[in-house]
Amino acid sequence: MAVVKVTRPKLNAGEKMYLGAIFKGFVITMKHAIASMRNKTRGADAMESTGLGITMQYPEQKWDGHLPDYYRGAPALVTDEQDRERCVSCQLCEFICPPKAIKITPGEIPSDDPWAKVEKRPKEFEIDMTRCIYCGMCEEVCPEQAIYLRKDYAITGLKRADMVHNKKKLYEIGGKRVGLVNKWNELK
Amino acid sequence: MDLVTLLVILAKVVGLTFVVVLPLVPISVYFERRFSAIIQDRVGPNRVGIPLTLLGAKKDFSFFGLVQPMADGLKLFLKEDFTPSHVNKAFYWLAPALTVVPALVTVCVVPFGSDIIVNGIGYKLVIADLDIGPLFVFAISSLSVYGITLAGWSSNSKFPFIGGVRSTAQMISYEIALGLSVVPVLLYYGDLNLSNIVEQQSVNGWLLLPLWGNSAPWNNGGDYTAWIFWIPAMIAFVIFTTSVFAETNRMPFDLPECETELVGGYHTEYSSMKFAMFFMGEYAAMVIGSSLVVTLFLGGWSLGPWFDTWAAGLKIGSVGIGGLLNMSVFMAKVVAFILFFILVRWTVPRFRYDQLMRLGWVIFFEAALINVFLAALVIAAPQFGTLATAAGLALLAIVTGTLVWVLKVSEKKSAPISI
Ligand code: SF4
Ligand code: SF4
Repeated sequence: MAVVKVTRPKLNAGEKMYLGAIFKGFVITMKHAIASMRNKTRGADAMESTGLGITMQYPEQKWDGHLPDYYRGAPALVTDEQDRERCVSCQLCEFICPPKAIKITPGEIPSDDPWAKVEKRPKEFEIDMTRCIYCGMCEEVCPEQAIYLRKDYAITGLKRADMVHNKKKLYEIGGKRVGLVNKWNELK
Repeated sequence: MDLVTLLVILAKVVGLTFVVVLPLVPISVYFERRFSAIIQDRVGPNRVGIPLTLLGAKKDFSFFGLVQPMADGLKLFLKEDFTPSHVNKAFYWLAPALTVVPALVTVCVVPFGSDIIVNGIGYKLVIADLDIGPLFVFAISSLSVYGITLAGWSSNSKFPFIGGVRSTAQMISYEIALGLSVVPVLLYYGDLNLSNIVEQQSVNGWLLLPLWGNSAPWNNGGDYTAWIFWIPAMIAFVIFTTSVFAETNRMPFDLPECETELVGGYHTEYSSMKFAMFFMGEYAAMVIGSSLVVTLFLGGWSLGPWFDTWAAGLKIGSVGIGGLLNMSVFMAKVVAFILFFILVRWTVPRFRYDQLMRLGWVIFFEAALINVFLAALVIAAPQFGTLATAAGLALLAIVTGTLVWVLKVSEKKSAPISI
């Protein structure tokens, strides 16, 4: 391949004066300023901006509609189509969780329960959201497909205790998830 | 001095400093943040307002985030005022005050508006009507270099020290260009009193807009001096404005505090209100710099002769309030110029230190000197006659050519690296 020697461009007198370039710069910055004032910034529509520039005004507007299916938000427990808790408190997620965010108190299912043959369900299931790093390991390790990362991301609280999701809260976020594992159903 | 005079002076000091100039500091900080935001396609601080919901109202009142500077100020008050153990305490404490005080002292010679007339007696809207206005400003404002240098030295750590040294060299270099560049203006007016300079501009057209009064050729019998003087005036304006940027450590010349190299420059070790004082000093210097530019070049408080005469006749009872109107014109101009400051900051990248020194000593110093010669020639041309003027012009051209040639020759070009 031929060698191309790159030389510095020779500046003419106007360019050496530097003032022209500064004015060009003013024009560019003012163009941006005026475009943001008129809400005409390039890319503003794609970013769903409403105010100045391309910024989306967050609490009033949300990006929720654009979240991908694989979005990893808050982990939550789900029930199956018969409203049975899927979790069998095997504690695999508790042990895999890298920051040790999960705390499970296993409990026995009484023999008069229709799901007595499942044997175990969590008595208490707590995920400390100040520790959770949204890695998704719990979802991956769960043999019962009972824990999923949902699309909730605005997890807030006024004190640390508020940030610990208990079982009730986890089922509230998780809701029902149908299909998949059916091994505890009656054979038809 | 009787009681009334004293009271008037006190009212001027308090009113003009604390009601007019100091509020401009948070306002320019606010503008800085919002303007830079829209330049960068962002929003900027638009939320902080008065939390009416805490008082039971339905909606918060956030007036475009105008309360933001107050929140910033409050935050700085509440922060821990930390004094590192390795500093030289006395100077460390003195330095912030030394940067704010000179900037605020210079306020006293700025003419804010025309006279306010009470019962036939005119009160000038200037704290001290000195006959050496610009010299006073230069003398006092150059003291603020002590604040920065002391801050850099007493902090006893490397980054502030480098910042302090840089700022000393920079401010001293640009003071020369600053001083020389106003000489043509003072030659033209033949006066060093800022109030009189503005008065003249109000009657005879601004220095950069000589379109009415005595400076317009159709009024003074075909004398084009004022129009030709526009050229040296414009050169002086460019040099002066750029030097003000350098003096106030603003963006293209903010080497004393450039974040990329020096952490925070001379105020690295400062926190809380002491840091806020540096911050305030910088913005106050910016306000004073723009008011000086407006006063000298852009007509101060005047807005054309029609407005000025109309305002002068305005009265409420026996009080002529034209001065207040003129003051608002002046403030509008100053704010507009501050906006220009901000635009420059977010447009022009920072200079390298050798470029900065070269611009100050090699280009501006010489250009300002030649400009003094040129301005004198323009002013003296009517008395000189054609022949002498032409000779003067030729001499000027020769001197300029020689200077440019000397500079070109003396500057050693490093050979381009070739592989
Ligand atoms: S891994 Fe699944 S089944 Fe086991 S305890 Fe965790 S959520 Fe329950
Ligand atoms: S997402 Fe990761 S960190 Fe969060 S609870 Fe599950 S395993 Fe633990």
